[in-house]
Amino acid sequence: MFPVSGNTALVLAVVFGAAFGWLLHRGKVTDYNTIVNQFRLRDFTVLKVMLTAIIVGGVGVLVLVNLGAAKFHVRDANMLGTIIGAAIFGVGMVLYGYCPGTGFAAIATGSVHALVGAFGMLAGAAAYAFSFAWVRDNILSVWKLGKVTLTDVSGVPPLAIFAILALVAAGLFYTVEKMRA
Amino acid sequence: MSVQTFDAPRSGAQTASINWGPYLVGAGIGVLSWIVFVVVANPIGITTSMAQIAGGVIAPVVGADTVAQNAYWKTNLMKLDYGTLFLVGTFLGALASALVSRSFRIETVPSVWRERFGDSVTKRMIYAFIGGALAMYGARMAGGCTSGNGISQGLQLAVVGWTFLAVMFASGLVTTFILFRK
Repeated sequence: MFPVSGNTALVLAVVFGAAFGWLLHRGKVTDYNTIVNQFRLRDFTVLKVMLTAIIVGGVGVLVLVNLGAAKFHVRDANMLGTIIGAAIFGVGMVLYGYCPGTGFAAIATGSVHALVGAFGMLAGAAAYAFSFAWVRDNILSVWKLGKVTLTDVSGVPPLAIFAILALVAAGLFYTVEKMRA
Repeated sequence: MSVQTFDAPRSGAQTASINWGPYLVGAGIGVLSWIVFVVVANPIGITTSMAQIAGGVIAPVVGADTVAQNAYWKTNLMKLDYGTLFLVGTFLGALASALVSRSFRIETVPSVWRERFGDSVTKRMIYAFIGGALAMYGARMAGGCTSGNGISQGLQLAVVGWTFLAVMFASGLVTTFILFRK
C-alpha cells in the first residue's frame, strides 16, 4: 500500500506541506527575530524545535525502518561541499533572518523582506546552477564519504546516540532556562 | 541604550495564542517525518524544488536552451512534482495559521534588525536579498537546507546532516557576533 505514488502523492504533498507550514508558524520560527535571537543566544526556540524534531522524528523513523514500514534516505556526505556550503549558508541565514523553508513560509505571514529574500534565493539557485559543473568537479568530488551515518563512523548504536542527544538537549535547555530565571 | 518594542502586535497575549511552544512544534515536525517516510518515502525538504523553480523562472531571461543544457538544471527540471507541491502546501499552511490566529501582518523591517541597523527599508531589503542568495547557494552545495539536511538527514543520524548543522550554526554565530557587536 505504501509508499503511495501518482496523483495521491501529489495531493498529499500539499497536505503535508501545509502541516509543515502551519507548524513553522505556530513555532514562531517564521519570525525573523526568533531566528536571529537564536544566533545571538537570546532565544533558544530554533534549537528546541530542531532538536525535538530530530529526536522524536529519528526514534520513530528508526522503529518504522526496523518494522519494514519505511526506508532510510541517507544522502552522500561530500564533506568539502557540505562544510563550505554550510558555512556560506550560516552567513546567508543570519543576513536573511530565515532559512529557506521558514523564509518561504514567512512570506505567507506578511513578511515583505522574506519575499525579497526569496528572490535572492532564486538568484542564488541560478548562480549555483551556472557554477555547478565547476563545483561538482572541484568541490563535491573532494572527501567523499558516501551515505554514512554517525553509527557507521563511530560504532555507537542509533538509540544510544539519540539518548545522548536527548540528555545534552535537556541539559542545555534546562541551563538556559535557569540562567534566564 | 533602551530596548524598544516595535512588534507590539505580536507581543503579549496574542503571541501566546499563536505559540504552541517549541517542543510541541518540534514533536509535530518529528511525527510529520514518520508519516512522510512511510506514506510518500519523501523526506521533508525545500531547496531542491526551489532550485528547480529558479530554472523555470530564469528561462525567459537567459533562454530555455541555456537552462535545458545547464549541467544542474538538466537533471533538476522545473515540474509540478511532489517537492514543488510540498512548497505550495508550506505556503498555504503558514498562511492559514497566520489568518486563523489573526497574526498576519505586513513587516518590512523586523524589530531586532531595526534596533541595530535603523529603519531603512532599502537597507533591510538589500541584506535580505543577499542573505537569501547566499543561503540558497550554500544549501545547494551542502546538499540541503535546515529542513532537508538539518532535520531530515539529522534525524537519520546522517553524517551530512550533522556536519551541516555544526558548521551552519558555527558560521551563524560568528556572523551574528560580527554584525551585532557594539
